[in-house]
Amino acid sequence: MTTLKQATGAAYTRIYSVGAARGENAVPNDDLIGPIDSSDEWIRQRTGIITRTRAVPETDAIDLSTAAAVEAIEKSGVAPSDIDVVIVATISNPKQTPSVSAIVADRVGANPAAAYDINAACAGYAYAVAQADALIRAGAATHALVIGAEKLSDVVDPTDRSISFLLGDGAGAVVIGPSDTPGISATVWGSDGSKADAVGMNHTLTEFRDGQAPWPTLRQEGPTVFRWAVWEMAKVAKQALEQAGIEASDLAAFIPHQANMRIIDEFAKQLKLPETTVIARDIETTGNTSAASIPLATHRLLQEHPELSGGLALQIGFGAGLVFGAQVVVLP
Amino acid sequence: MAFSNDEVLAGLAELITDETGIDASEVALEKSFTDDLDIDSISMMTIVVNAEEKFGVTIPDDEVKNLKTVGDAVNFIVAGQE
Repeated sequence: MTTLKQATGAAYTRIYSVGAARGENAVPNDDLIGPIDSSDEWIRQRTGIITRTRAVPETDAIDLSTAAAVEAIEKSGVAPSDIDVVIVATISNPKQTPSVSAIVADRVGANPAAAYDINAACAGYAYAVAQADALIRAGAATHALVIGAEKLSDVVDPTDRSISFLLGDGAGAVVIGPSDTPGISATVWGSDGSKADAVGMNHTLTEFRDGQAPWPTLRQEGPTVFRWAVWEMAKVAKQALEQAGIEASDLAAFIPHQANMRIIDEFAKQLKLPETTVIARDIETTGNTSAASIPLATHRLLQEHPELSGGLALQIGFGAGLVFGAQVVVLP
Repeated sequence: MAFSNDEVLAGLAELITDETGIDASEVALEKSFTDDLDIDSISMMTIVVNAEEKFGVTIPDDEVKNLKTVGDAVNFIVAGQE
């Protein structure tokens, strides 16, 4: 009898490099306060945001993804033709098909890599890293390009006081490949669809088409999301540390989804991080960029603290679904 | 052991001070969390979660918006212990 051949892959994986692209404009709070009858101080106090990056109309999530990917590939030393899977996490591509990933794969020279987009909102990047790691260790791919990309300024309502003023545009990309030593821990991930109404789009596209609703934009139940994002996610973060076999004191960096500075601060408090752990606070000048926020924050951390390279970072994404994903990675 | 109204008020005042820096003497039953004490929704949620732990009660998200005054919170917590 003929025996079927099955693939096996590398024993370990790691992140080789990070690339980033942010929207061209730094939008200060003062530009947004009019329609929400607010102030610069109110926004700073509640979110920690001073400016957020937003793209010009001509720039889309595909452009941002491409720019971030080009940087990541260049820094990785991996030839674009050796990338055999491209995963883009996004919720803001206004064209449902074709995928962002197939176009980006072609633009960066990775054609004919397998390419697909995933929708796991602000946990999308952590989900995509989990997939890339699993695909490579299973032998389904050798090198993965993982991107979190959003142009959220297309889905904001200037009069919304719940989430719109937090949002920014950007893309972060990493190249993941085989490693001699462990570089990506087991992912703790999951969902809770019973809280689907806590954050997400306020209307469907068909309601918009039929004139029953305005252009769909993002909304959230801020306090509900805050409670879940801090106290429930602290449990997930602790599980991720446990599965990685490390303690909070081993962390060189903590890179949570950049949802709101108040969430980041309270989260860090709950985890009892030592003072030596550097906490990513990219939200201050980038805003909340959903799936892009963790790789963008990682890129900035490594720029500002190159000594973190080789250290352990806990990254955790959480958002609309609700969905969450966390893992510990060795920083490139 | 159940906490009395006075004990809940005192404990709540402590939590409010920890979160916001507001002097505990300012925290009285008739005070509104938003209008009088200027506590925003995020701080309110932090106080709620800490109160759950301190008093061993459950305060669902939907209930939080009904807690307009310190007295509302004290009553809810005292009733929740039973």
